[in-house]
Amino acid sequence: MTTNANPLAMMALDDLRVLEIGDERGAWCGKLLADMGADVIKIEPPDGDPSRQYEPFVDDEPHHERSLFFWYYNTSKRSIVMDLDDRSNADAFLKLAGSADIIFDTNTYDPIGRLGLDYHQVMADNPGLIWCTITNFGFGSVRDDEPQTDLTLAANGGFAWMNGYDDHSLPPVRGGGQQAYHTGSNYAFMSILTALLHRDATGVGQHINVNINASVNVTTEAGSYSWLVSHLTVQRQTGRHAGVAPSMPSQIMCADGRYVNTGIPPRRPAEFGLCYQWLEDEGLLDQLPEAALLLVGAELESFSLADVFRGDNEELLAIFGAGREAFDLLASKLTAYEFFTKAQNFGFQVGVIHSPEEALEDPHFVDRGMQVKVEHPELGREVIYPGAPYQLTKGSWAITRRPPLLGEHTDEVLSEL
Amino acid sequence: MPHHVKSKALSHLRICDFTGQLAGAGATKFMAAFGAEVIRIEDPSNHGRWDILRGMPPYVDDRRGPELGGPFNNHNVGKLGISLNIKTEKGRELFERLVAISDCVTENFSSGVMRSWGYDYDALKQIREDIIYVSNCGFGHSGPYEKFKTWGPIVQATSGLTMSSAIPDQPPAGWGYSYMDHTGAYFMAMAIMLAIHHRNRTGEGQYVDVAATEAALTLNGPVLLDYTVNGRPLRRDGFPDANHSQFPAMAPHNIYAAKPIPGSFDEAWIAIACRNDEDWHAMRDVLVADGCDWASNDHYGQLSGRLAAQDELDSKIGEWCMRRDPFQSAEILREAGVPANAVQTPEQRIDQDVNSAEARLWPTIRQAEMGRVRVDGIPAHFTKTDWSMTRGAATLGEDNDYVYGELLGLSQDEIAGLHEEGVI
Repeated sequence: MTTNANPLAMMALDDLRVLEIGDERGAWCGKLLADMGADVIKIEPPDGDPSRQYEPFVDDEPHHERSLFFWYYNTSKRSIVMDLDDRSNADAFLKLAGSADIIFDTNTYDPIGRLGLDYHQVMADNPGLIWCTITNFGFGSVRDDEPQTDLTLAANGGFAWMNGYDDHSLPPVRGGGQQAYHTGSNYAFMSILTALLHRDATGVGQHINVNINASVNVTTEAGSYSWLVSHLTVQRQTGRHAGVAPSMPSQIMCADGRYVNTGIPPRRPAEFGLCYQWLEDEGLLDQLPEAALLLVGAELESFSLADVFRGDNEELLAIFGAGREAFDLLASKLTAYEFFTKAQNFGFQVGVIHSPEEALEDPHFVDRGMQVKVEHPELGREVIYPGAPYQLTKGSWAITRRPPLLGEHTDEVLSEL
Repeated sequence: MPHHVKSKALSHLRICDFTGQLAGAGATKFMAAFGAEVIRIEDPSNHGRWDILRGMPPYVDDRRGPELGGPFNNHNVGKLGISLNIKTEKGRELFERLVAISDCVTENFSSGVMRSWGYDYDALKQIREDIIYVSNCGFGHSGPYEKFKTWGPIVQATSGLTMSSAIPDQPPAGWGYSYMDHTGAYFMAMAIMLAIHHRNRTGEGQYVDVAATEAALTLNGPVLLDYTVNGRPLRRDGFPDANHSQFPAMAPHNIYAAKPIPGSFDEAWIAIACRNDEDWHAMRDVLVADGCDWASNDHYGQLSGRLAAQDELDSKIGEWCMRRDPFQSAEILREAGVPANAVQTPEQRIDQDVNSAEARLWPTIRQAEMGRVRVDGIPAHFTKTDWSMTRGAATLGEDNDYVYGELLGLSQDEIAGLHEEGVI
């Protein structure tokens, strides 16, 4: 089958065998390993990983081989079916574990306990083994048996408090995608790599206990450190940083009804001059009486932003106000994409608010190779997947195989042992 | 002094580090906690102010200044700090000597800054054959937007993360902070360590190009495949709908207003998710026992019925949620087996949730001028080489004596002279 992998090229982790014993919480960690070349063997129960039943499905036809959710998180992996509730599989599991460099799981109990095995013993028998457990609250937590989902973890750990609208009658917003699970998996992969480098130097493996709730907690920027440092609480605001005090809006609708994030509006003398020039280029000077103030701003000696924030310098405030008015006027005349590219060409940090699919089709990301084609021969289709999260120049990222069919590699893997 | 981190996981590695803000600094903070010797280089001519977080609020007390910024301290815990003006001839010589004894050079400048100093990958490789050079910027180091500038919100906007965080019929809510500065730093740390493992196997160094926008684009996978395979864009009527769950479909699944807690904020919220019919039946029993007879309607018994009546269901559950504070309702539901949590405030999740203490998540460190202050820890523990954090961000040039003296072998007089000349 065709993928973007070069069969002759070395990949950074292609010396490693990984066993994945887990659900959707850890699947992203497995993909990060597998797309760097690790031989990730996903151990599925006889009826398959639960996420094979998740929407969306190819052509909306539910089937365990047609879940696009499962596809995305399981590229480059092999699948074996092994019932870890059936003690007759204990020997096969032990052989597999003996061949593994890394095992990760997402269970709140020893995942091989029902095989009559103990993960401590497996680790003792394979001293270089790295075993990483990814759970909601950390393996052994008093909260770890609680029922949770990505949404409830995002609420507990702080994502939800940060996101939403100026209008606080509207609820906090979780954020799109399963970012609580992603964040737990990101920490799992970073931790596994850390343990791997230690093993490279010493030969010694170890157990790692990753906590998804804690991962969310330390991924909230000012939400946490405002409290930690000075016992202040930030409040959500539309499309911009939650703040201890309200800040100016930074998201505006353009002529095509789409939005841009205006980032940091003009605030340096040179930027006021560029803003004036942009208005002139668009033939809009006569529509903004305040434009002359931008020229005054352009001639200012440098000043400190503290002078502006203090709020007692009326000329400065008027100049800053003119900069914002200019952005509003330009946005009302341009599409969001035009506003973005023109502003950036003037040096302003502005972003068009793309939908995910618009980002995937944006000429910049196409040029950078973010559309990766993977053949799915069973369906006679070539599917475009999002590409590499980082570009190594040696041992680089690739999707080495399409996501596995249920149990596709059971015989192959067991016969290798 | 440098030997303040206990972990031996990465103590064999030295990083020559120009990273700043959070998108870069977060990467080397993680590695420093596991023992890597991270030597952060700052320009003395502007007191390291390239990093705009130096001196930014919040503050521990009434004092202000470049050594007193809370975020800067938080993101640079455990690193060494030296001053060095790379635009001077002697500064360049010192930098090159440092590269010669380092495993990696890391930075998150705008594209082209290192090149303008004469230090692209090829130049660094001349200094040390197996050097690993990891460069992280918003749009990466090639392509039509290479020169465009970003910070977290711009990365999130252009990659689809801002747009996908919204409720129906409202503009994007986005992320109320730089999620992609944190997460961009995570991907940068992964990239550094992947390149080191590759070097361990082959002896080769390399150049790594990290673009935070691309890392962000990989975080909406199922939505993107729904588009590339089924032709269904996220930009369509009724979407995004981030508090409901489409993948997998669940109902009820939302964030509901709850009864505020006296003495706290005048708003409170609870997140509830019924993963399947079994969860709903358990929630139904809770509701019916609490006098909500409507919940026993057979129409709600199966997912398809609940999805069809999602708005009606949300409104009725919303009424029930106003009866109690969110912690009380969440506990009742979880006891019944239904996922539920309060939308916790920073105080609640940091100081009142038992899990924070169990996870030892907020270590107290000492920073030379701020004194004792708590910081973000690491949400994982290792049985043999666990992380630690004891020292805060270095003040400007705090480790000059160790780095220039012990590592590079300069005398005290030479160090004093370089300082006098403005080189360090």
